[in-house]
Parts: sequence; structure tokens; C-alpha cells
Amino acid sequence: MARFAMAIDTTRCVGCMDCVVACKTENDVPEGLCRDWIVQEARGAFPDLRLEIRSERCNHCDHPPCVHCCPTGASHVESFGSLVEIDPKLCIGCKACLAACPYDARTIHPDGYADKCTFCIHRLKEGLEPACVAVCPTHCMHFGDLDDPASEVSRLVAARRNHSLIPEAGTGPRIFFLT
Amino acid sequence: MIELTTTRANELVDPLLHVWGWEIPVYLFLGGWVAGIMILSGWFLLTDRSRSVRCSCYLMPSVAIGLLSLGMGALFLDLEHKLYVWRLYTTFEATSPMSWGSWILLLVYPALVFTVLLRVPAPVAERFPALDRLSERLLSRPRWLWVAGGANIALGILLGIYTGILLSALGARPLWNSSVLGPLFLASGLSTAAAFGHMVSREVEEREILARVDNFLLGGELALFGLLLVGLATSGEVAQAAARLVLGGPYTAVFWVLVIGLGIVLPLVVQSLAVRHVIRHTVVAPLLVMAGGVALRFVIVAAGQASQWPVL
Repeated sequence: MARFAMAIDTTRCVGCMDCVVACKTENDVPEGLCRDWIVQEARGAFPDLRLEIRSERCNHCDHPPCVHCCPTGASHVESFGSLVEIDPKLCIGCKACLAACPYDARTIHPDGYADKCTFCIHRLKEGLEPACVAVCPTHCMHFGDLDDPASEVSRLVAARRNHSLIPEAGTGPRIFFLT
Repeated sequence: MIELTTTRANELVDPLLHVWGWEIPVYLFLGGWVAGIMILSGWFLLTDRSRSVRCSCYLMPSVAIGLLSLGMGALFLDLEHKLYVWRLYTTFEATSPMSWGSWILLLVYPALVFTVLLRVPAPVAERFPALDRLSERLLSRPRWLWVAGGANIALGILLGIYTGILLSALGARPLWNSSVLGPLFLASGLSTAAAFGHMVSREVEEREILARVDNFLLGGELALFGLLLVGLATSGEVAQAAARLVLGGPYTAVFWVLVIGLGIVLPLVVQSLAVRHVIRHTVVAPLLVMAGGVALRFVIVAAGQASQWPVL
């Protein structure tokens, strides 16, 4: 079983939001909601400022608290790429998973079930990349199997300095921001 | 200086998590109250005091059936995908407190109904003589009292602690992420049940017992609150930030005035004077205890949603 992950080169990302628009178009994300978003983090004091632009989404964690707290099994780790997915037919909309996610990556679809980034699993099964990765004009997003040492993601994470979000929460996030 | 700018503005999670409104605090309060009733009823049944404290043993469990139904109604109202609620009972998810809770609630109903059947309320017995005869047959065998008492205590403890663990298992919200929350909610539920019995019982002896029990529980609650806050305030930065929500932050006033002051300390003082026969027993202290229980759930649920890990 693959363990899909994403590496995002923050030195290339310009925050153009093409990934956000691609996701909304590909997944028919309802108006007012988004499954991925852009965060700009400015650190330091003038003139020693450092800007990091990140395209963020569900981290498809190795130890997903959203899955552990789900009372119906709607949130689950699927077998194709170890991705955290939601079965709307099982979801009761209790919102425990929204409260359990330290990244606040989930939301409630207007139809009542929990919703979030799927890494475009429907495209992955056709051999395509997630929509956000496919459209990125700066090619800052890289996608692949973290368990395959030869994959581009594995090589980048091994070779480049990187960080993930809130690793101290113990969730094992699988999105790596290259710096 | 760190400045974050985000394009995300999702409903329910931005700018701060606000997924649970009034329904969940009400559900947690009513669930805790029912748990407290079950434990008190079970304890009195097991210690063979059912003749002197009939209200706690038999009347309160019948009220609890209604309270539990109201609580589950509030929980149902909170669900966003209501027609799929039956999915709770097509699986058991061992890591999910909510799954545990849904199955515990399913067991609580028969335990409460069985306890009520031990001594059917007079108006019901008059209308349904068969139920009265059933009560007589059950009471003729002390074994059934033990079964009802044991089941009530076990399920009451599970239900009471569950209402706290439901929140404390959510590690993403540092204010909730304390093992003290389960015992705290259990103590609060027991205190609410004792206060309710103190308020509605017509037996002087029962009211006296329940007031003393309630005083002990209120003292326990204060100790547990102390442990909760000390634990958070002496832990890492994330937990310290969570503690500051009620120690100088936006929830300080409601927490210290409504939950601690009016909900615990004042009724503790009033009831302490009442059990020493300095003043008369009135409904004031029990009502304050119950209102404090409601305030506790509202404050903890709201403040917990405002506590988060810094995404830096």
C-alpha cells in the first residue's frame, strides 16, 4: 500500500491561488468553502524579514485524530494510498472530526457531511496528479509515495530542509514544506 | 514578530472553531445529571436504603428517562446529517468516545426502566395494575435490587465520565485535553443529581443526606478544578495558553463568577449552614448548583473551542 504525501517548495510558491481555484473546480467545492488555501507567514523585524508562502490543506496524517474520534467509521484511512477520506453515506455530521483536527482542515458540506481535501483520489486512481499539483504554474508542488525511496517526494524530503505543520501534536502530517 | 495571513474563511472553523453551540453543552449537562441520578439511585439501592430515600431510588430514575431523551434530542439537533444518525448503531469504533457514548446511552435506558419498574409511581400503578404486580414480584427478590443498583452505578459512572472524555480525547483543543475533565464532569453530574434530589424530595432525612453528599461533591469539584488549572498552567506553552483563557483571558469572568462563585462556592456555604441547622433548607442552593452545572458545560465547551495549537 502506497503512502502518498506532498512536498511544497515554499521558495517557489508565489501564492497565486491557482491550486485553490483548481481544487474548487475539480471537486465542485461549494461557494464560501475551500479545501485548500494560501497562508503567508512573515517573521522577523524590519529589515530582517522572512516571508513563507504555503499552500495548505488536509495533511493526511499518519496518526489522524479525525479518524480516531469518528463514531461511525465515516472518516477512514483508505487502502489505495493511505489517504484520510470521508464516506458521506456514513457521516452523521457530529463535527467531532472538525474539533479533533489541529489544522482546522475540515468543514461541513452544505449537504451535512464532513468535507476536506481528498488529494484528488479519483484522479490518482486514473494515474493523474491531484488537481492543485497539476496546475501549479511554478511547479512548487510535488506528489508521490513516501514509502518509495525513489519517488520525487521522498528524495526532496530527504535532500531538502523542510518542516511540517504542528508535528508536536503527534499527528504525523504528510505535507512537507521545503524551505 | 510573526504575522499570519490566510485566504481560508471556512464556516465553523474560522476565525476560531465554533462547531458546537448550545446543543452540546445541554446534552453534556443532561447526560451528567442522568449519570448522577443513576449513581445515587444505585448506591441507595445497594446499601438497602431504598425505603428511606424513595425519591432518589425510584422517582429520580423515572425523571432521568425524560432528561436523557431531552439530551439525546439536543444531540440530534446538533447533527448536520440528521437522517444518517442510525449509522451510530451499525458499528462500534473502539477509539471513538462518541461511539462508546452512543452504545452506553443505549444500555442506560433499560437500566433506568428496570429501576423504575421496581416501584412504579402510584398514578401509573393505578392505571396499569399489571405493572404494580410486576413491581411486587421484583421487590420480593432482593437479588433484583442488587442487579438494578449495580447496573445503575456502573452505567452511571461510564456515562458521567464519558461526557468529559468526549471532550478530553480531542487533543487538538488544549483546554479539553486533560484527564481531569472526565472525573470533573462526573462529579458535577453527581452534584447536580444530589441538588435535584435535595430540591424535590419531601423526606427530611433524604434531603439532609443529599445536602451532605452535595457538599462533599462540591468540595471535590473545587479540588478537581484546581488540579485541572494547575495541570494546564504548569504544562507546555500550548496548555498554558489554554489556561489563560480562564485565568485573565476572555472567559475569566464567566468562569469564576458563574461556575466557581455562584455554582459551587455560594451553594456550598449555604448548604453547609443548612446541614448544621443554622439556616433552613431552601431551593436556592440546589438551584444554584444546577445552574452552575449548566454554566460549567457552556464555558468549557466555548472556551475549549477557542483554544488551539498555534499553526506556525
